[in-house]
Amino acid sequence: MVLHTVNKSPFQFRTLDSCLKIALPKSPILLYEDGVFAAMAGTQIEEKMKEVLKSNPVSAIQADLQARGITKVVDGVQVIDYSGFVDLVEKNKVQAWF
Amino acid sequence: MSEETEEETENLTKMMFVMRKAPHGSIYIQEGLEVILIMAAYEYDICVLFMDDGVFAVKKEQQTAELGMKDFSKTFRALGGMDIEKLYVHKDSMEARGLTQDDFIVETEVLTSEEIAKMIEEQDVLLPF
Repeated sequence: MVLHTVNKSPFQFRTLDSCLKIALPKSPILLYEDGVFAAMAGTQIEEKMKEVLKSNPVSAIQADLQARGITKVVDGVQVIDYSGFVDLVEKNKVQAWF
Repeated sequence: MSEETEEETENLTKMMFVMRKAPHGSIYIQEGLEVILIMAAYEYDICVLFMDDGVFAVKKEQQTAELGMKDFSKTFRALGGMDIEKLYVHKDSMEARGLTQDDFIVETEVLTSEEIAKMIEEQDVLLPF
């Protein structure tokens, strides 16, 4: 499997869209740095993320969420720490959409 | 002979360079190209994908003299001589920018998102630039 990582805000960049074009169903998607804004509940991106979550596991780094004051994430997004990040990288090849 | 060559590449590490930035606004493409040239010296099964603004990296008629920058786009043409012949272009990215295969300085193969998704899955190493 390929782990797809996104670290840019979906409101300012299109890297999330590029990622979603290429990520196969079931491929894990990891949001970190400003990428975690895609995981925030109540945004214009939320519906898109709910669609994504039907086919792909999505996780977001807790420290990045916390740092940005994001307390509520889209239902289904898994909040993980850096050791969770390492687990994902260990298990998968990585495509970074920066 | 070609069958033998195919068999040989089967055992090699499959490495894909994913070029997604425009060529002169940042250093990514130039750095990526340098890494491709380095990796060409090793026994890898290398391919290069141009996607998003990365498709501009291989556009014909780049003239950088006035910017005082190197026109490294021509270097992509040297890759063929180093047995790096698998140059892929993402169809949607190319079309969104009003480009066709004729606009590229190298021979490319145009792939859909689905074909790229499959190909990425087959790689051993992904190097994004």
